[in-house]
Amino acid sequence: MTRPSTVPDARRGDPATAPPGLGTAQRRGRRPRRGRRGTLAVFLTPALALFLLLVIAPIAVASYASLYKWNGFGLPENFIGLDNYTRAFGDPTFRGDLWRALVLVVLSLTIQLPVALGLAMLLNQPLKGRSVYRLVFFAPYVLSEVTTAVLFNLVFSPNRGLGDTIAQWLGADAGTIFADPDTVLFAVFMIVSWKYFGLYMMLFLAARQGIPRELHEAATTDGAGSWQAFRHVTLPLLGPTIRISIFLSVIGTIQLFDMVWVLTGGGPIHASETMAVTMFQFGFRRFEVGYASAISIVMFLLSLVFALIYQRVVMRRDTEGALTNQGDHR
Amino acid sequence: MSAHFSRRTLLGLVGAGAGAYLLSACSGDGDSADPDGPQTIDWWHIQNAEPMLPVWAAMAQEYKTAHPNVTVEIQPLENEAFKSKLTTATQAGSPPDLFQSWGGGVLRQQAEAGLVKDITDDVQSWVGNLLPLSLEPYTIDGKIYGVPFDIGMVGFWYNKDLFAKAQITEPPTTWAGLLDTVRKLKAAGIVPIALAGKEKWPAHFYWAYLSMRIGGLGALQQAAKDKNFDTPDFVAAGDRLKELVDLQPFQKGFLGAEYGSPDGQAATMGNGGAALELMGQWAPAVQSSSSTSKKGIGDKLGFFPFPAVDGGKGSASEVFGGGNGFAVGKDAPAATLDFLKALLTADNQRRAAKTGAVLPTVKEATDAIADVNNKTVAQALASATGFQLYLDQAYPPAVGQQVNDSVAELIAGNKTSAQIVKDITSVAKSQ
Repeated sequence: MTRPSTVPDARRGDPATAPPGLGTAQRRGRRPRRGRRGTLAVFLTPALALFLLLVIAPIAVASYASLYKWNGFGLPENFIGLDNYTRAFGDPTFRGDLWRALVLVVLSLTIQLPVALGLAMLLNQPLKGRSVYRLVFFAPYVLSEVTTAVLFNLVFSPNRGLGDTIAQWLGADAGTIFADPDTVLFAVFMIVSWKYFGLYMMLFLAARQGIPRELHEAATTDGAGSWQAFRHVTLPLLGPTIRISIFLSVIGTIQLFDMVWVLTGGGPIHASETMAVTMFQFGFRRFEVGYASAISIVMFLLSLVFALIYQRVVMRRDTEGALTNQGDHR
Repeated sequence: MSAHFSRRTLLGLVGAGAGAYLLSACSGDGDSADPDGPQTIDWWHIQNAEPMLPVWAAMAQEYKTAHPNVTVEIQPLENEAFKSKLTTATQAGSPPDLFQSWGGGVLRQQAEAGLVKDITDDVQSWVGNLLPLSLEPYTIDGKIYGVPFDIGMVGFWYNKDLFAKAQITEPPTTWAGLLDTVRKLKAAGIVPIALAGKEKWPAHFYWAYLSMRIGGLGALQQAAKDKNFDTPDFVAAGDRLKELVDLQPFQKGFLGAEYGSPDGQAATMGNGGAALELMGQWAPAVQSSSSTSKKGIGDKLGFFPFPAVDGGKGSASEVFGGGNGFAVGKDAPAATLDFLKALLTADNQRRAAKTGAVLPTVKEATDAIADVNNKTVAQALASATGFQLYLDQAYPPAVGQQVNDSVAELIAGNKTSAQIVKDITSVAKSQ
């Protein structure tokens, strides 16, 4: 709420706030003082305490528990080293989870994001009722994952749901898409996409509108067709947004839980199970907390390694000046 | 340096403070040993809907009126939500004072971890009023850790009209007869069996009952003790089940169907969409509440016990089932046991029985069973020659869940009956 009110003021150059604030920051940046450290401590402590308590501590506890055979009652005593990890990578269900995560990532990158990009480009055109379309396409994102899952369970309810009824008119059978191991993963992907394409569409749309009109005018003047303008002007300038979208999509897929849990429970016969679902099954159904912790640590490491590599390699130029500069100053 | 040091100290203080706060929050209140002192009973049950929800509330209110020093805090929870919530509470070492329990392997784990009270001595004076059969799942190594208020069994519920339409005059009494019934129903264009494949427990009833009929009562307990399910009897049970599955008797999309949702197993039965389901004593109530008319199929519903298998060692009078009960948490205040006793007086059990949702465990209260279907089940139970608790409750949770998973794989057709007994055995051995 404060942002819209203060930022424009600063831009307008409100003498009361903007310049002095900048000035002090620069002065203090050069010569750290004891007072500055005190301020830092006061402001950082609550965030750090929460971070330690809610992020670092659980990771530490889970790593510790993952080395034990432990049913969650009392304290872990039966130390088994890395057995839980070797077990996970030998377990057909967990290996299947990794495979399904890969399938979902590939589908997201080849279908979900391009469709969102296409729609964003379309809705950037002067179109009648453009804002209505934007609203409608964005609407699914507002629903919670659980609501979405319940909704689609009703839509594709065998013989009773709207989706199945319409499909039957068309001579198809949609009432079993969640019950057939061959189709269930694709069905889950479609629904995840239905929910999230609006978000990516909005991101792309915002980025597209941030591209100055002059660039396209210049390209057109130079004789570029609409495809060439898109390929050589729009797409490169959307780069940062596309890269962050891929990042969000991959991390989201690795952690996919709520939607799958409510839609299919991971079934039938594990055909739509994700790592998080497997972890829940073992932790909360079978009381094998040690093993479940190992699975969650693998999930964490996958996300972490992906995030680090992606930030280093792919998003390097997007984050330059934000992350890398800090290192230079140190 | 000094700033650095003080920041650390500050962090430590914050951490210690948070920890202390969390610890104090966990310890709870009303932990007084004096039964007359003020105390609060934290009660979690899973009768979170009509008709039992208001009955429990009324009983608690009456108890509070009679004992002004006691406060009963009720948390009605949905079944699955209860299991997750209890898991977190017990893993944190702070179970509620009085909570839903099905007995068996889960209760054993809780007892071994010291989370539930051994109440053998406290209930000795009145536990004799209960059906001995019903108490079995709550008795672990000769000690009582919980008390059941409801007991029932699993059997086939069938639609008499659909049976008549397929010209079936008698419910089957043998497995071959059941397969024949299914064939006749299919030939008449009727969906023979409703099954909730998404929730795996309804399917495990088939395999468990077949194992009981083929291997005899005790085969299931022995297998858990020996940690070995890889025997010809268990393989045969899978083979018999496969015979049924190969007839494709289930409703469309059954692998994705839930039990209690508006298009689930119970609703399919309640709407007259299938002729049979293998389910516990609560089936008529759930059929009604989840059917479109909210009335189910009324007096067209019949019940028959799971059929015998030719050449099997078990008899058709042995029952598979379970009930609902309450366990007492380790830190429960003294009044909890008195309150539990009050919930299980003959009068209160009659009130519960009258709702039709509970089959009373107090012998004296069985006269209050009004519902025809409940009476049928009660009679079958009364003449039962043996009892086996649901496998996903009787066994350690990991083994029970593996049974459910494996039976689902057998039904979906991607594992054979010989493979699933190996899978279950390997999980049992790992425990």
